[in-house]
Amino acid sequence: MSRTREGTRVPAPLLIPAAIGVLFLTLPLAGLLIRTPWSQLGTQLTAPGVGQALRLSLVSATLATGLSLLLGVPLAWVLARSRARGRTVLRALVTVPLMLPPVVGGVALFLVLGRQGIVGSWLDQAFGLTIPFTTTAVVIAETFVAMPFLVISVEGALRAADARFEDVAATLGAGRWTTFRRVTLPLVAPGIAAGAVLCWARALGEFGATITFAGNFPGTTQTMPLSVYLALQRDPDAAIVLSVLLLGVSLATLLLLRDRWLGRAGTA
Amino acid sequence: MSLRAAVAVRRGTLDLQLDVEVADGEVLAVLGPNGAGKSTLLRVLAGLLPPDGGSVVVDGEVWDGDGAHRPAHRRPLGMVFQDALLFPHLSVADNVAFGLRTRGTGKPAARRSADEWLTRVGLDGLGGRRPAELSGGQAQRAALARALVGQPALLLLDEPLSALDARTRLTVRAELRRHLAEFRGSTVLVTHDPVDAMALADRVVVVEEGRVVQAGTPQEIARRPRTDYVARLVGLALLPGTAEGRTVRVDGGGAVSVAEEATGAVFAAIRPESVALYLSRPDGSPRNVWPVTLVGATPHGATVRCDLAGEVPLVADVTATAFAELGLVVGGQVWAAVKASEVAVYER
Repeated sequence: MSRTREGTRVPAPLLIPAAIGVLFLTLPLAGLLIRTPWSQLGTQLTAPGVGQALRLSLVSATLATGLSLLLGVPLAWVLARSRARGRTVLRALVTVPLMLPPVVGGVALFLVLGRQGIVGSWLDQAFGLTIPFTTTAVVIAETFVAMPFLVISVEGALRAADARFEDVAATLGAGRWTTFRRVTLPLVAPGIAAGAVLCWARALGEFGATITFAGNFPGTTQTMPLSVYLALQRDPDAAIVLSVLLLGVSLATLLLLRDRWLGRAGTA
Repeated sequence: MSLRAAVAVRRGTLDLQLDVEVADGEVLAVLGPNGAGKSTLLRVLAGLLPPDGGSVVVDGEVWDGDGAHRPAHRRPLGMVFQDALLFPHLSVADNVAFGLRTRGTGKPAARRSADEWLTRVGLDGLGGRRPAELSGGQAQRAALARALVGQPALLLLDEPLSALDARTRLTVRAELRRHLAEFRGSTVLVTHDPVDAMALADRVVVVEEGRVVQAGTPQEIARRPRTDYVARLVGLALLPGTAEGRTVRVDGGGAVSVAEEATGAVFAAIRPESVALYLSRPDGSPRNVWPVTLVGATPHGATVRCDLAGEVPLVADVTATAFAELGLVVGGQVWAAVKASEVAVYER
């Protein structure tokens, strides 16, 4: 046993920065909890608009995750399995929103889907649909920013999965679609779950693209991060309470799903 | 002829050109070293890899050729891979039923057939388990059931025994032999183990560097090797005899101790590498020890192949250094020793 301990002891040049890193990541959260006006918690949380913003955040993040799954899983499959040329270009394009400042994403979405935009003006004239400054716009902005997280995660899972199982399925009479549904999808399910959680968390915290493309209207587009920011301007205590609420939601999600995917990744 | 294939594949350094024919109920072993193109041939026959040229015809139907390519999932075949490759997310029974379900059999009927086949391969009552809960031998039995349950026209076996430990390999090989005897379609077995080929196949083709270098019955191949590789492969002493418990009485006289209990007509196969030579009688672990006469010695790369005459005929491979240290000369007397566990025994 002592040998193992000797082998896994962390060298000092790694240990100190690692410890500082832990403090750096946890201290702000601790500070948040210390400064929380616990006595006012009840009144702050029941203040008009808080429940509304929370509900909007949860619903739009969940819808964005659903949309990301619908589009992102097939996209990840194409990136991981297709032999077509231009795949590397495609992957680069898909990951651009990861690197892009969300505000820029919001501007770009506005230019395309806005009332004067290339697609937006057509939608407006043909169907009378206006997207910007609606809840739909919130979901679209969140999907734009969060879907790449899902795609990258699922693509990694697909690459790591043993492709020979797909050969086996083919020799057992399964066409490509059947193979995807009955073999590939279940094999990468943990990766999809992990990607979906990342995607959901990213969507829940989305700020820049949302405020640019969807605006900041209570009830329709004002999500939790937007109301935290606004509250900070007029009532810092309210901002803290809302932040703690978001932190709680994130932690609860993590705990709920920990056994489902973190545990599995940890033992693998 | 049930399977007739002339397959050409060019891929990197591999230049494969193989013609094979397999009759109904026949087992053809494709024997060759790693990288000879054996598995590529199986992938072409399975439809997983379109050939660059040639044709694959099964029961008069063109699967490949004349620009046509029937994809794997439209070919009535069963395939067993080296690592069973049971789907980890499905129960063992659902694995076996998989092929029936994709081909349109209803759930209850597929389930019944799967249970029936699990019983046939000796996995009665294990259908509800996950593949991870099976031993290597059990997993390979389940994989065989999964391949055979759909009554395929063609059965493809890709090194089906090589992932198993020595003890399990013996029992699974014997069972496989029984199932192959009952199977009415054509079987192509790919292996690099001559014992598998000899024990399971009606005919053998030896493949080296993408070409057939020898074809014939296992006996013909064993009797008259035509290349260095085949000679080395079948250089193993194949002793026909009658087993009783852990002893095999060799037909030509003499007896061999073996690790596995067996009865009836068997082959005992001894590899040249597992025969050790000593100047004086060795003692110790349970083994076969015979006084033998060196009747021939041929250099074989870094080793010397020694033909030995004695109670049972043997072939031994010793390193050139050992050969010199033992001071071996043709006509000289030495002791040959073989561990009982190194002797492969299988039904004749």
